[in-house]
Amino acid sequence: MFAFVAAARPARPGFWSIRGPMSQRTYWVLAALGLIVPLAAWWVLSAQGWVSKVFLPGPVDVFHRALTWSMQDKPLADTSISVYRVTVGWLLSAVLAIPLGLLIGTLRPVQAVLEPLTDFIRYMPAVAFIPLVMLWIGIDEGSKIAIIFIGTFFQMVLMVAEDVRRVPATRIEAAQTMGATRGEIVELVLLPAAKPALLDTLRITMGWAWTYLVVAELVAANSGLGYAILKAQRFLQTDKIFAGIIIIGMIGLLIDQLFRWLHRKSFPWMHLKR
Amino acid sequence: MKIRTRKLGKIFGAAPRTVTALEQIDLEVFDNEFVTLVGASGCGKSTLLRIIGGLDYHTSGDIAVSGKPVKGSGADRAMVFQHYSLYPWLNVIQNIKFCRRLKVNRRELTSADVEVASGRADALLNVMGLPNVADAWPNQLSGGMQQRVAIARALMPRPEVLLMDEPFGALDAQTREVMHDLILHVFNLERATIVFVTHDVEEAIYLGQRVVVMAPHPGRIDSVYDVPLPVRRTQDMKHTPAFLALKREIVGRIRETSGMKTDLEMLERLSGVEEREE
Repeated sequence: MFAFVAAARPARPGFWSIRGPMSQRTYWVLAALGLIVPLAAWWVLSAQGWVSKVFLPGPVDVFHRALTWSMQDKPLADTSISVYRVTVGWLLSAVLAIPLGLLIGTLRPVQAVLEPLTDFIRYMPAVAFIPLVMLWIGIDEGSKIAIIFIGTFFQMVLMVAEDVRRVPATRIEAAQTMGATRGEIVELVLLPAAKPALLDTLRITMGWAWTYLVVAELVAANSGLGYAILKAQRFLQTDKIFAGIIIIGMIGLLIDQLFRWLHRKSFPWMHLKR
Repeated sequence: MKIRTRKLGKIFGAAPRTVTALEQIDLEVFDNEFVTLVGASGCGKSTLLRIIGGLDYHTSGDIAVSGKPVKGSGADRAMVFQHYSLYPWLNVIQNIKFCRRLKVNRRELTSADVEVASGRADALLNVMGLPNVADAWPNQLSGGMQQRVAIARALMPRPEVLLMDEPFGALDAQTREVMHDLILHVFNLERATIVFVTHDVEEAIYLGQRVVVMAPHPGRIDSVYDVPLPVRRTQDMKHTPAFLALKREIVGRIRETSGMKTDLEMLERLSGVEEREE
């Protein structure tokens, strides 16, 4: 009798067990809490009037401001010019960084010449280049794109090189023992093997490009989300600053989900349900 | 003679910090022979295989395959690895046909040639027991199935030499037995020359017509044994006196040359100390 009682039920891993199991429902409930609780805290904090609205406008104020902004001004124009700057700067980075990173990750002489240099430059703050960029490129669109480019390019080169280096050697060697030439190995093995990691690198660096937007729009801009935020600061329109930041966050979230969707569509073999 | 090495040596690193991986290797492998290389870790068996495959280079002596000195890898010497060699973005049949994307195999231009090639891919798919998974991705397959695909892909361009670097090392014992009989069956069909590296003595004897025992520090050939078993092997041969005697002999040689013996002596001394303390 006693033995039956002792073996009644195997212990289920607890809620806080390391990498423990969790149902989909629990996950989404917790994820929703993670969003709602800070929002509610924000609302309570501002509604109680403990903090002046100049420093912390409530969510309702921010929402209203976003609405009136969309009536009076042209936030869509601001948004689209910002999206344009980020995309062009980031695309320019990608177009140059992918072939360069591929070479660094594939050929040791190229790695020796370029990697230490890139490592050196990537630690330089992009903001510090603003005076130089203004001097060299001027104050029109090119300079804003250049700042975003400087902020993302050097990191991207190193990440692409690492993505290519992570391709297991046996995948390359298997092709070699089938008689593949160097060019064929790059085209038929290295690139397709690194592609999923490359898309992740593009997704992550796109996020960084957005973080450089406000900095880039410090440079004699008269449009853009970053510019709108800076202008709002000048007029103490804290609610508009909040609205601008939230719009940038929303755009980022949207782009991130787009990249993840593209990843699932392009590399179905990586997203198999087992 | 398919493969011949004379006084082959390999030194890793630059002076003064060098490691002699291989020293004075004289190895001859005949046409259509199945030779297994066995030895303790650090004996250079994989390095020797990689030099034959042209993936590593030797630093002294000569090596020739089919009478031609080895200069880099080539389509005549295919290699099967233990891990991660399949292309996960290609399905099974695309992996097997991978060699057809390469320039070396573009000589065939007529539609008849293409038909022959896809006939061969289908035949390999059948021989390796894979017809039901032709459209599957490699990471949907078990380790054993993945190695079947890797072997089929290596055989596809009809290499003269098949080099296998512990191909079944990561598989469980039951799957490994199945793979042994499968590779022997393929060997009888294809009549390629196979050089097979393993650290499993039983595997080396069961598969090989000759077993080459290597010793470490520096990597060298210690002894070569002819396997006294019929060409057609069956699992129950593993329990015959001839098989067991050869296994005992080879395991003894590996222990003798690998420093394992001194470890055992140390263990005995340690246990002796404990007994005295009691």
